[in-house]
Amino acid sequence: MHRFAVVVNLLGVMVIIFALSMLLPLGLSAYLSDGAETAYDTAIVVTLLAGGVAWLVTRGEQRELQARDGFLLVTLAWTVLPAFATLPLLSYLPSLSFTDAYFETMAGMTTTGATVLVHLDQLPPSINLWRCLLQWLGGMGILVLVVAILPLLGVGGRQVLRAETPGPMKDAKLTPRITETAKGLWLVYGLFTVACILAMRWAGMTWLDAVMHAFTTMSTGGFSSYDASFGHWNSPAIEAVTIVFMMIAGINFATHFQVLRKRSMRPYRLDAEAGVFLALIAASILGITLFLLAKGVYSDFWTALRYTAFNLVSVATSTGYANTDFGAWPLFAPLWMLLLVSFASCSGSTGGGIKMMRAILMFKQAFRELARIVHPRAYMPVKLGGQPIENNIIFAVLAFMLVYGATITVITMLLAMTGLDFVTAFSAVVACINNLGPGLGEVGPASNYAGLSDFQAWLLVGAMLLGRLELLTVMVLFTPEFWRK
Amino acid sequence: MKIIILGAGQVGVSVAESLVSEQNDITVVDIDGARLRALHDRFDLRTILGSASHPSVLAEAGAEDADLLIAVTQSDETNLVACKLAARMFNVPRRIARIRATDFLDDEKILGPDGFDVDLSICPEQVLTDYIVKLVEFPEALQVLDFADRQVSLVAVRAYKGGPLVGKQLKDIRRHIPNVDTRVVAIFRQDRPIVPDGNTVIELGDEVFCLAPEKHIRQVMRELRRMDRPVKRVMIAGGGNIGLRLARALENDYSVRVVEHNKRRCELLAARVDHALVLNGDATDEELLEQENIAEMDLFVAVTNNDENNIMSSLLAKRMGARRVVALINRRSYVDLLQSGEIDIAISPAQATIGKLLAHVRRGDVVAVHSLRRGAAEALEAVVHGDRESCRVTGRRIEEIELPAGTTIGALVRGNDVVMAHHDTKIEAEDHVIVFVTDKKTLPKVEKLFQVGARFL
Repeated sequence: MHRFAVVVNLLGVMVIIFALSMLLPLGLSAYLSDGAETAYDTAIVVTLLAGGVAWLVTRGEQRELQARDGFLLVTLAWTVLPAFATLPLLSYLPSLSFTDAYFETMAGMTTTGATVLVHLDQLPPSINLWRCLLQWLGGMGILVLVVAILPLLGVGGRQVLRAETPGPMKDAKLTPRITETAKGLWLVYGLFTVACILAMRWAGMTWLDAVMHAFTTMSTGGFSSYDASFGHWNSPAIEAVTIVFMMIAGINFATHFQVLRKRSMRPYRLDAEAGVFLALIAASILGITLFLLAKGVYSDFWTALRYTAFNLVSVATSTGYANTDFGAWPLFAPLWMLLLVSFASCSGSTGGGIKMMRAILMFKQAFRELARIVHPRAYMPVKLGGQPIENNIIFAVLAFMLVYGATITVITMLLAMTGLDFVTAFSAVVACINNLGPGLGEVGPASNYAGLSDFQAWLLVGAMLLGRLELLTVMVLFTPEFWRK
Repeated sequence: MKIIILGAGQVGVSVAESLVSEQNDITVVDIDGARLRALHDRFDLRTILGSASHPSVLAEAGAEDADLLIAVTQSDETNLVACKLAARMFNVPRRIARIRATDFLDDEKILGPDGFDVDLSICPEQVLTDYIVKLVEFPEALQVLDFADRQVSLVAVRAYKGGPLVGKQLKDIRRHIPNVDTRVVAIFRQDRPIVPDGNTVIELGDEVFCLAPEKHIRQVMRELRRMDRPVKRVMIAGGGNIGLRLARALENDYSVRVVEHNKRRCELLAARVDHALVLNGDATDEELLEQENIAEMDLFVAVTNNDENNIMSSLLAKRMGARRVVALINRRSYVDLLQSGEIDIAISPAQATIGKLLAHVRRGDVVAVHSLRRGAAEALEAVVHGDRESCRVTGRRIEEIELPAGTTIGALVRGNDVVMAHHDTKIEAEDHVIVFVTDKKTLPKVEKLFQVGARFL
């Protein structure tokens, strides 16, 4: 096991840092005396010890981390950290099973936002803060993962824009070193979070609510401290502010970084995804609004627009807030929203799904094949932002889509086998693999995932993990080749 | 004049050919001995074998007392270095470089005195591309040239049945299109020039050269022939430097197809164009042409670097139904063989491209020289200086000027005004005068006319 010592060593460091992050809810708990103080003491001690031991035992193994170790490290990070994150929940809510707690923290770390907890309003604020903080940390991890680490491993949407490609899209690596890139992205993430907190406070939230919801907005997580989610405020101002920040979170953070660094809006225009993302969302909002009016769900245009805009943006960016039970809308509307979440978010954002980048490439590839029938001798490279994309990348994207489709099918089948109805099973898988949160039917916005059996919960935990780590990162661990020396 | 030409490629040879007859001492430098030998055998000039950017080679070529350096090697970098060396080490007063990459032209500093010290940069491919683009814009014209920052255009049109002016006297043109200021500067009838006056009757098949502001070109052409429908679909054979530039220039306004036989080049082409369709194959492949609907093409342009290929593919395209075909042909003998045959327009790249360069070389204040009819005739744009005393043109009416035979003053550009020349039009200093010369031999005389000298008869 020497080979993986270096991975365990790094994981140990992560666990130690993770333990320290629990100080934030502890501080809040102590400040408010909300009765959950003791929940964190044990959790911090246990987590620190575990991390410390892992680090100490493997300290002697000094070896460069190899690309292959990266897959293991990333997958372990997203499975081990949620396990430690359950500790405060378990000790405060003794009735909670480990399965449900792990589902909750996994939904946090993967920024999914599916919850099994009920009566959120009655939980101590520090526990809710912990849930939201998990999502914020998960978002932070994702940014570095997709922009800095996955391209090195040769997985993920960003690999199409490798640093070697000339031209305007050369933003795969913003700075020569990964650590610098990570710092830059976190800075942008932090700045937007602060801006979001201020804007939400201005729009009428309390400071505590603003912090928690900014955490879950920027990470497109979708946890809320209220059962009614945004229905709690029923405030168009708060919804408008949230829409803006959800959209920001749905765009590539590398592009945001360049915009801030160059102090020009040009990178947004050069970003091949951002324009399509915005146009698609705008068109969908308008279309669904008119659809709901025609179906008589709402009688007045502005009301229809308000509910459509908020819920559609929330779903399409994979956030998962709701200010009304959109599951009760005529099926087309929520289905369209579930379709959007599968691909609308830009690569390099905190959103889930297969990412706009892959969708655009697939779309262009399909058109190329059609054009090829008419012009068999033509050279028609698939281009993105004026740059031709190599065929092997198209194949990789195709393979990814296939795996994605197959995964959804298999997990839906398994859920159906356990007795869930089709809409619930399918929408739950789509909502989890795309890191959205609320599905339809029994897991719709009006209810939650509390009614699932343990087996169903573990299936969906798997879906969340697979979706967040772009499937192949996790699946490669299950191939014999990976473990062969 | 002592001239050094770097590079004995197509452009270098054409330049040498044009200048050697005008009593210049020419030295050509190239790294290919065989090319130099061929050149040496044909013309009266000196050749040096060596790398054009090496100071020793430049010294050997006589850079010390050269008046002009023309760097037209394949490589932009070599041309730039040679110009810099010529300026700094040998004090060559004038330096012309062929620059293909537009990057070098982005900032004046790059070619300025603190940069590479280039007086004039030329890009033959771009000139040729502009030439062909004009033909696409005005499909009825044989050639369209711009003068004085595009204020006046010279257009060559063949008179066909259906033109209202065909069979009429030239002075009728005023009655037909009263709002258009135009002037017919020359007519070629059965390849022989006629200096036209108001009573000249335009006959079928005449090649008519008219000067008019660009916006009126269409109206003028409509008088001489039936108008075709505008070009929509263009097929380009050959995806080399010209093919690529042409595709990029046309792809936004027309439906463009490029046929290129080299697969790797196809990949590069496909990456560089946005809308044009890149096809892999031979432009002489009937099956490919058929597949791509050659019969629907409004224009077929053959711009490979092989004369024979260009000729064969455009003949084939014409036979298969392309409305109009244009071929790039380097060899002059071929051009003469083919013009007015099945190929609608044969373009001689050398003649089309070196005009700007020649203008710079020639004496007098000549801004532009354009070759017409494959070099048989020329159109010059010259700036008038001095006064009645020092120049034979300034301050005189056109009828007073002793123009050599076969020479016409077509128009003047004064500031932003275009004045069509009449016998009583008076020429003033700083006017841009557009002169049409049907006999190339009289060119030196015309140039001398525009020179300012203290002593003259």
